[in-house]
Amino acid sequence: MMTPLYKYGFFGEEFSLLVAFALGLGFGFFLERAGFGSARKLAAQFYLYDMSVFKVMFTAIVTALLGVTYLGWLGWLDLDLVYLVPTHLGPQIVGGLVLGVGFVIGGYCPGTSVAALATGRIDAVVYALGIFAGTFAYAELYPAIKGFVNADAMGQVTLPEVSGLPWGLIVFAVVVIAVVGFWGATLVERRFRSEP
Amino acid sequence: MNQRPPSPYLNPYLAGVGLGLVLLAAFVIMGRGLGASGAFSSTVSWLVNLVAPAHAQANEYMGEYLGDGSTHPLKAWLVFEVVGVAAGALLSGLLAGRARLAVEKGPRVSTAVRLACAFAGGMLMAFGAHLARGCTSGQALTGGALLNLGSWAFMLMVFVGGYAVAWFFRWQWR
Repeated sequence: MMTPLYKYGFFGEEFSLLVAFALGLGFGFFLERAGFGSARKLAAQFYLYDMSVFKVMFTAIVTALLGVTYLGWLGWLDLDLVYLVPTHLGPQIVGGLVLGVGFVIGGYCPGTSVAALATGRIDAVVYALGIFAGTFAYAELYPAIKGFVNADAMGQVTLPEVSGLPWGLIVFAVVVIAVVGFWGATLVERRFRSEP
Repeated sequence: MNQRPPSPYLNPYLAGVGLGLVLLAAFVIMGRGLGASGAFSSTVSWLVNLVAPAHAQANEYMGEYLGDGSTHPLKAWLVFEVVGVAAGALLSGLLAGRARLAVEKGPRVSTAVRLACAFAGGMLMAFGAHLARGCTSGQALTGGALLNLGSWAFMLMVFVGGYAVAWFFRWQWR
């Protein structure tokens, strides 16, 4: 059997919306389980006394990365059919910086704010209203900034492609960096937990 | 909503494996990853289109989310996914006794200031996510697991931006 199922025509667009809801259910469930419905827990990442954001995120990345790597190797998943967001380094670097600042000030990112507002966090409701306002402002400003947003078009490109290194080597490096990172993060947590 | 004390959070590595398997399922079933900010774009485009249709349709950004009008703007993959996120989080929160009306903040900040920060942070976040073509879910998590060059650059800068200003907003959290 070849996957992705949707790309191979196993089901149509209407059914894909049901799949979207089901995947969202799982996504939201684990976000809340991890404690990411709490802005204090999320913000703690930036004050070093609770590195759960890093640990959860990198465990998820490593899990899914190993999954696609093995499934691709077995010939069960056609990775070329999995959508990659095109790379535009300039706007993505600036966007990342702005988003990081917004994370510390607001306490959430868009996905976690949905998990938080669903569990009754009023600050997450206000945060989501902020996203609405920011999205509207962005849309209004888009004609003026679209030159920058669409600059540096590199297309769909991966780290192995841009570095010329084998896919497997980079996957292995990511796993090693993650494991060393988890060990380091736990040491850092111990050091900063006692601080008021 | 729940009287018993809230359960402790799941071990971060177990939660990460759970999230990773959901993400892997999205790749295998759909051929795409998870996301969140795109659902907000669809919702805003739909709302503006209700109030000022000519304005929304003339706008290059919102016009793309509205399409040619043949389908409802909210009939979008990410909108359905985000509704699922809300339902899944609520289910988990109810099971753990963590679903309750509250404002998340440190002890040294007033509710009004915290809410003002939440609004401002949401605005900044929206701007950053749209500039970067995705947020922590659609870029960092999804693209991270696909070794997407732009996603890794983005993810690194999220941490740089966050740590750069963390000290200035310490009073909000601790």
